[in-house]
Amino acid sequence: MKTICFYFQVHQPLRLRRYRFFDIGNDHYYYDDYTNESILRKIADRSYLPANKIMQGLIKEYGSRFKVAFSISGMALDQFELYAPEVIESFQKLAKTDSVEFLAETYSHSLVSLANPQEFKSQVDAHTQKIYDLFGRKPSVFRNTELIYSDEIGAQVGQLGFKAMITEGAKHVLGWKSPNYLYCNAINPRLKILLRNFKLSDDIAFRFSDQGWSEYPLTTERYVSWLNQMDPKEDNINVFMDYETFGEHQKAESGIFDFLKALPRTIFSRSRFHFATPSEVAERFQPVAAMNVPYPISWADEERDITAWLGNELQQSTFKRLYNLVDDVYRTNDKDILRDWKNLQTGDHFYYMSTKMFSDGAVHSYFNPYDGPYDAFINFNNVISDFALRVEKANTALYGDTEVDKLKINLAEKEALIKEYESLLNKSSLKPKLKVMATKKATTKGTKAPAKTTAKKTTAKKTVKAAAPKKTTAKKAAPKATAAKKTAAKKTTAKKVTAKKTTAKKTTARKTVAKKVVKKAAPKKAVKKAAKPAANGAK
Amino acid sequence: MKVLMFGWEFPPHISGGLGTACYGLTKGLSHISGTDIVFVVPKSFGDEDQNSVRLIGASEVEISEKLVNVEGFFKKIKLIEVGSNIVPYTDPEEYMKIVTAYAGKQVELINTQVKGKLKFTGKYGADLFQEIANYALVAIQIALENNFDVIHAHDWLTYPAGIAAHDISGKPLVVHVHATDFDRSGGNVNPSVYQIEKNGFEAADRIIAVSNLTRNTVIEKYGIAPEKVVTVYNAVEPISDEERLIAKRGINDKIVTFLGRITLQKGPEYFIEAAHRVLQRMDNVRFVMAGSGDMMRRMIRRAARLGITDKFHFTGFLRGDDVYQMFALSDVYVMPSISEPFGISPLEAMQSNVPVIISYQSGVSEILKHAIKVNFWDIDAMADAIYGLLNYPALSEFIRKYGKEEVDNLKWENSAIQVRQVYESVVSK
Repeated sequence: MKTICFYFQVHQPLRLRRYRFFDIGNDHYYYDDYTNESILRKIADRSYLPANKIMQGLIKEYGSRFKVAFSISGMALDQFELYAPEVIESFQKLAKTDSVEFLAETYSHSLVSLANPQEFKSQVDAHTQKIYDLFGRKPSVFRNTELIYSDEIGAQVGQLGFKAMITEGAKHVLGWKSPNYLYCNAINPRLKILLRNFKLSDDIAFRFSDQGWSEYPLTTERYVSWLNQMDPKEDNINVFMDYETFGEHQKAESGIFDFLKALPRTIFSRSRFHFATPSEVAERFQPVAAMNVPYPISWADEERDITAWLGNELQQSTFKRLYNLVDDVYRTNDKDILRDWKNLQTGDHFYYMSTKMFSDGAVHSYFNPYDGPYDAFINFNNVISDFALRVEKANTALYGDTEVDKLKINLAEKEALIKEYESLLNKSSLKPKLKVMATKKATTKGTKAPAKTTAKKTTAKKTVKAAAPKKTTAKKAAPKATAAKKTAAKKTTAKKVTAKKTTAKKTTARKTVAKKVVKKAAPKKAVKKAAKPAANGAK
Repeated sequence: MKVLMFGWEFPPHISGGLGTACYGLTKGLSHISGTDIVFVVPKSFGDEDQNSVRLIGASEVEISEKLVNVEGFFKKIKLIEVGSNIVPYTDPEEYMKIVTAYAGKQVELINTQVKGKLKFTGKYGADLFQEIANYALVAIQIALENNFDVIHAHDWLTYPAGIAAHDISGKPLVVHVHATDFDRSGGNVNPSVYQIEKNGFEAADRIIAVSNLTRNTVIEKYGIAPEKVVTVYNAVEPISDEERLIAKRGINDKIVTFLGRITLQKGPEYFIEAAHRVLQRMDNVRFVMAGSGDMMRRMIRRAARLGITDKFHFTGFLRGDDVYQMFALSDVYVMPSISEPFGISPLEAMQSNVPVIISYQSGVSEILKHAIKVNFWDIDAMADAIYGLLNYPALSEFIRKYGKEEVDNLKWENSAIQVRQVYESVVSK
């Protein structure tokens, strides 16, 4: 049995407002509500709602013989909730039937799969949860942003428990192979791979209303005749496209809705194809081979790679800048910051910075709020600057300046140590007669001493390093040293012990001093007593 | 093909972009085999680069007796009085002098003959209109003495000469619009200049505009048929090694530069306002306004009022090497022109590896990709672009790299090929 699998992508980015540099640190609202609302409303009315209505009708007519899958990004869902809740309702209606499957993706429609596995997981989890909350289904098939895929990404997706993943049937990866079979991941063969048939997909998505196209106008009969030309051994055809194809990319006047309405009937009457959802395809067929994709592919542009988002230095540096923040962002545990973090990762922000638009105009400038890549770069980086400041501020408020804190603790320990020495020194000066009694002990401890001093050396070094960058600690260290000197002056032997501390900054000097102490420790018991706790304390 | 070309200045004796553009274009044309150019200027100094053209100074041309008879033909032009002081391309300081010296002086009428030769200064002084008329007279003589296929006149100063040569020889006339009076005056057009320009456009067989911006002005403001006007963009001469200076930096601050005449057309006040905004958020940056002009004093006062004079510097008029030195010191170059027919200076900045911000109201913005473009009045956008270039190294590096590549591909040879096509279209007509 041959199957045809339709899947539609629904995504709208949360566009950023004009964010000038003088807003940095002053204004933390980044979004262009007016543009977002008006674009979303427009597309909902022109595309999502009428298309969903047709889907509903088709399901009513054909029942579970007609099947379709959707991937709706978290960004789109968030905006539907805000501006067009009836779109969610219409999807919920579809979700109640047996004909519709929802796919998982990253919540933000982000490029995180190329940056950070942990963050990737958390975004996928967030999206799965959102789909479950709204539609009562747990997705079992994953599709990454813009169908970005590589062996590693596939392996990660497999680990997250998905049984299949969707990507592009990129020519440079497939070579002579056909996209009309099921494949599996090269690292984890249990993850099935569905490949988009870009020819049959783009015939509808891009060329449908192109009057210069030799096949114009495209009828359902002609389209089905192409399906029938498929090699008899092949299993399944994947037709994947943006949902906005219906009514937005291809306007209603082009007859795209009529095409959509008529297609299932023609498929049933003129071919032997059955409809299937991605998870059904993954279950029904056996993978024919493993896909080897060492470098990431996507469904964008002629090259089918990731250069539309990370192709130039502007995009790469911004990408790096953004994902350098990831750990600090989570440390804040701040609701607003986490929300913005989610929104800022959307791939579209990087897409707008593409300099490919200089040559590859139309697609890249679609709904682009910017004048050009430079404009996009400046605006987005201004936003990130503000965002980074907020993250830093929030963390400082929560944890204080952690570096300083560590040093403060360090200082307190030293302070306690010095007091201990002082008390010991005082005791030993009061009881000089104990010397004779401890002669034997001194020799045994003399052998142990070198090991302890080396341990001390390393710890001492650490404190020196930590102290170096902060001037405040250096200042605090100074009075401590002088205090130590005063007490040390009381006894000549003790002087060397404390001298060791004051000169501790110079490791070479310290070593020689330390050796002297060890040497002299054997004959003089008072020193030995002082040296021992010193070693312990330094630990 | 022989071309009789009328210009007003030729390097090294230039005061504006016109001479540079003429030089670049003739040099480009000389690469096309079978193009000979006779270039006429009011006054030749003898030290011009004549590799690509034969240069004739109008002041060297002896006017025959016959000419006096033809003279009546030019009465219209001859009698134009210098009623206004708005003159193009004036060395700004000189202009100030003219304005001051001119007050109360009587208007003089043309003095035709000085021992067979006419006196020309080749400058843009108070006698400009007289010189233009004289130049036209000489043009007739030159047209009679030389053999050529097409006449090419650069900017309004030479249009009367072009028309005169056209009328006497019957050869096709091409006029080249480097600027119109709408650009120079910011809207307050001098009617005499406008009339000369309009006459030139109407008499011409083809008009070459340096950008679509200028082309539209010619079509809309002068009522010229669109099919008669062709856009040919300017280019830039490759920078020579001795000009590629490594300037010594005295300060660590970043430098943002405005370079050009400080006149209404160039939009200096927007630069100051943008600087003020940037300085509110950044400390390690300085702004330089290089050049001079009639708005300079007002600009200094404005900077003082904003309280940014510690970070905002005026250099006065820069010449020759100083210009390249200034570019070499700059981190960002800004050209906020209100109306710039083309604007060659951003290209020179890009040659010196300086990222540029240009206004959409400049012809050069039509061809440049690797420049940040803003509207001249949008000081917020301008400030933001400056801040972005100074604070995001990835951006400035990127623009620097690809901008250099882009500007190196703008060659006069390509412009010359298009000009040559224009010649061919009128000659074959």
